[in-house]
Amino acid sequence: MTVSTSSTAGDGLQHIQEVSRRFPDSSHGHLEDLRDDPIDLLHRVRAECGDIGRFRLADRDVVLVSGAEANEVFFRAPDEVLDQAEAYPFMTPIFGQGVVFDTTPEQRQEALKNQALRGDMMRGHAATIEHEIREMVSGWEESGEIEMHDFFAELTIYTTSACLIGKPFRAELDSRFAAAYHNLERGTDALAYVDPYLEGVESFRLRDEARARLVALVSAVIDKREARGTVAREDRDLLDVLISLKNPDGSRHFSADVITGMFISMMFAGHHTSSGTAAWTLIELLRHPDVMAGIVEELDALYADPDGSGAVEVSFQALRSIPRLEAALKETLRLHPPLILLLRVAQQDIEIGGHVVPAGTMVGASPRVSNRIAEDFPDPDAFDPGRYLDPRQEDLANRWTWIPFGAGKHRCVGNAFAMMQLKAIFSVLLRDYEFEMTQPSESYRDDTSKMVIQLARPAQVRYRRRAGR
Amino acid sequence: MTVHSMTVRADTDLCQGHQLCQGEAPTVFGFDEAADRVVLLDDHPDESLRADVRTAVKYCPAMALSLEES
Repeated sequence: MTVSTSSTAGDGLQHIQEVSRRFPDSSHGHLEDLRDDPIDLLHRVRAECGDIGRFRLADRDVVLVSGAEANEVFFRAPDEVLDQAEAYPFMTPIFGQGVVFDTTPEQRQEALKNQALRGDMMRGHAATIEHEIREMVSGWEESGEIEMHDFFAELTIYTTSACLIGKPFRAELDSRFAAAYHNLERGTDALAYVDPYLEGVESFRLRDEARARLVALVSAVIDKREARGTVAREDRDLLDVLISLKNPDGSRHFSADVITGMFISMMFAGHHTSSGTAAWTLIELLRHPDVMAGIVEELDALYADPDGSGAVEVSFQALRSIPRLEAALKETLRLHPPLILLLRVAQQDIEIGGHVVPAGTMVGASPRVSNRIAEDFPDPDAFDPGRYLDPRQEDLANRWTWIPFGAGKHRCVGNAFAMMQLKAIFSVLLRDYEFEMTQPSESYRDDTSKMVIQLARPAQVRYRRRAGR
Repeated sequence: MTVHSMTVRADTDLCQGHQLCQGEAPTVFGFDEAADRVVLLDDHPDESLRADVRTAVKYCPAMALSLEES
């Protein structure tokens, strides 16, 4: 019997090199590689195959591209060519049937015009976020320890729910919602590429339990709203609007299950991403005390009130330039992009990097890999916020490889919101508190065993109120 | 022949319609409401607008703007 690697590839893909396997006996191709160490797998594709390579995910081929030229083709492709609707099967049980992962660029644009991410809504969101972070630290002592994953995950549940759904709904939430939401995010094992409902997978069982718990929590809020009756227009939030929609027979148009799914999906893109980036920013600043000192100095100067005429408000400044902090945030995003693999499914044959990729193939780009291409980002593994200052501007100069938010039409529509949120969080935290690591620096790391990457626990830091604050 | 010290470009394939650029430099960036896209009003803006244009380019949420400077 002869076995050749090409025997696993679908028709028309043999010309694209397949990456090596660390688990050659797996019957699911590179699935075990992806589950065990996805960062190693993705970097290995570029190292072994170049700008275009291939791995096997269960019974499908994934063509992985990197580098500016191939990335530009990937990110510019319209949905009729590269579509993401079926690329993330692990999200279906989380959102629920009928709630899509992402909408078309046209629908996104429509949503942007009408809803919560509109530019003129940002001032209000900035004030909301400042309020939420102050609430979170209001229970702190003069000094103490926090677990960063839990702290930032809970904070961003409150900020995303308050800004995207509404303050009245946010007021009904507590840490139970955040805990259940965490188990949803943990339920994103790549085994979903075999079957998202595979029997005997503990994280899938916890995922489904967590979703049921969230539906119960939302149902209880709906019951309270029904009992309370209608309120003035200005006191309504998105939940009031959704439960007011009735069928001709008078029954509610959206069930609690569907409403919960809509809320989960609205919060998903802004939750683990912002939470993880906040934690990694703090870790990188603690690893680089000189950068931390420069930012604290910058914030102290920005928010100073020398003549007592009133200091500038965080909600105002977070929407404006804070150059050193912004550079540190960008560099954290480059080194620790919350999403390491962006996927599409080819709807028709597409030419990328000199190869024709046939319809039906999954195609991916990796922020983790592209963000560290040495030709574009000298000394790519070094934390160097100076990259973003004039004249280097390595983000603008490399807009197809500096891709922590993706690129093109599907570039994260919430990126301005995310940057504003991070600036508000650190404006509050670093002016009032100083931080130090309480565990070895290298022990702060990501748990990459699921498709949604999270900071591995424990990730403790010590805070202490600054003198005079 | 006119030598321009600044050339602004807008990639309308990438524009997501955030409209932040108009807040920074309203005489350089307009908006086509029907197409929901940025419209470049002045691709060689006056020197006095350099800082505003740079800010618009830097903070465009879609990374759809670029600036060639000399």
